[in-house]
Amino acid sequence: MSMKILVTVTEVAEVEDEFEVAGDDIAEQYLEYDLNEWDDYAIEEAVQISEENDDVEVVTATIGPERSEETIRMALAKGADRAVRVWDDAIESADYLDTDSKADLLAAVVEEEDPDLVLSGVQSADEANGATGVTLAEKIGFQWAAVVNDLDLDIEGGVASVHRELEGGVEELTDVESPAVLTIQSGINEPRYASLRGIRQAQQKPLDVKTIDDVGLDESVVDSPLAQTSMYEPESEGDATIWSGGPEEEAEQLAEFLRDKGVVDA
Amino acid sequence: MSDVLAVTEHRRGELRDVSLEMVSAGRDLADEMGGDLHLAVISGDVDAYADQVNREGVDAIHTVEYGEEFNHDVYAQAVEQLADDLDAEYVLMPNSVNGLDYAPAVAEGLSLPLVTDVVDFSADGELEVTREQYGGKVETTIEVSEDRAAITTRPAEWPQAEGQGDAEVSAFDADIDESQIQSTVTGFEEVAGGDVDISEAEFLVSIGRGIEEEENLPLIEALVEATDATLSSSRPIVDNGWLPANRQVGQSGKVVTPDVYIAIGISGAVQHVAGMKGADTIVAINTDPNAPIYDLADYGIEDDLFDVVPALIEEFGGEVPDV
Repeated sequence: MSMKILVTVTEVAEVEDEFEVAGDDIAEQYLEYDLNEWDDYAIEEAVQISEENDDVEVVTATIGPERSEETIRMALAKGADRAVRVWDDAIESADYLDTDSKADLLAAVVEEEDPDLVLSGVQSADEANGATGVTLAEKIGFQWAAVVNDLDLDIEGGVASVHRELEGGVEELTDVESPAVLTIQSGINEPRYASLRGIRQAQQKPLDVKTIDDVGLDESVVDSPLAQTSMYEPESEGDATIWSGGPEEEAEQLAEFLRDKGVVDA
Repeated sequence: MSDVLAVTEHRRGELRDVSLEMVSAGRDLADEMGGDLHLAVISGDVDAYADQVNREGVDAIHTVEYGEEFNHDVYAQAVEQLADDLDAEYVLMPNSVNGLDYAPAVAEGLSLPLVTDVVDFSADGELEVTREQYGGKVETTIEVSEDRAAITTRPAEWPQAEGQGDAEVSAFDADIDESQIQSTVTGFEEVAGGDVDISEAEFLVSIGRGIEEEENLPLIEALVEATDATLSSSRPIVDNGWLPANRQVGQSGKVVTPDVYIAIGISGAVQHVAGMKGADTIVAINTDPNAPIYDLADYGIEDDLFDVVPALIEEFGGEVPDV
């Protein structure tokens, strides 16, 4: 029984310790781009399923500029079979690409690919909306489960038995009917490092680039009733006393504090 | 009038604290937009929960009796129908794990713009919400140009509402389509058990991503031994399998309230802070002076943990391991 898993993969921006905001975003020179941590777990989960079962294809779908191909190749190097990247000028120049627009674009890819299972990270590390996966599920008429940290897939029976990681060290055990979108929580597995062989092979794997038009939508898909009007560094609420003077002196001050406080006798 | 419908949350027979925060957040939004605050109480012992959330500032409470525990299809259907019936402009849901499981569906079902994990509202003609980005390093303001929206609010950001309210409680007869319920909760599991209960500890030494490698763990263990502290950690350490789940402090782990909490190489992401902000004294050891942990630390050392921790071990006469 053949199966296709689609994994949504996003490139995220990480900010250096020291940075400046320029206009409505952090100045480019302080940003570094990487594969979204949660998507790394989603890729690993899909690749593990493909290794444990016959005839499973893993396809990644990304909304991102050319730069993000580095991230996509990373997913291919870890074992995904091929990739789709959606981008064009209209997306590039969109004022605010909201969850609805992203999910519309991904839904168009899903309709073309017709997967049996969609895995998505719980959230992106930079924007952290945490909503694309479930919005996508609702758009494509799939069932879903959010914040999954354990997955047992019954491919024949069409049921995904998942654990949803709730707050306070409690997990909810849920059976979800396929086809489904599962948003994957960090810690569900141990994402592999790409091997040199994997990285070499990834260069040969198909990576299709599609425009809004190619996926059968028109430019209005990027319109949004939401607009980001400002970005700023929050004023520090902190008033911590900073111990200084080098490691030895700092350790001495901390030690003295701990003794005064009575939590350490030594 | 721009009315607000705020949704409450419960689990395994108990109202969750976030429900009372939803009352405060909902009142806040209703005041900004000039409307009434309606609450939705869905599934389980709805009358008991309705009584508990009947606090000052609530204008009406609507109960939907259906099943015991949270199911996202039931919640989505009930909230959509109730919002329609009330003509509520704003649907407010908690940015909890369950909130993330149904809020996007409600937004999609009602064709509402969705903004998640909101920490503040303001209105100047149009609604503006504040949310964080880049792991809390910056805040952004998002303007909502429609006069309707679905919004999730960050847990523990608003206070729990107090004061007895006198809102009328009425049963709402939602028409739940069972064929739309395609997931079944089969049980719950406690995962943070075991021999150690960090929530009982008076002195916690807690480590995060800054420890870099599992091979560096013995350094912290030596500090723990020399000071007779209890070892805990932030999420990545448990995700990596370096420590068991019962050591995790934070939203998905344990809430701790020690006399002293030393956060070593922990940036202080909101999910972590949710678990340790009740500590009496917080000491941060982190090279990044902009790390959010310094927003709530009482004392800080902005130096490399690999220099500070060995010095600290020696202060207490311990042996510094080779790492």
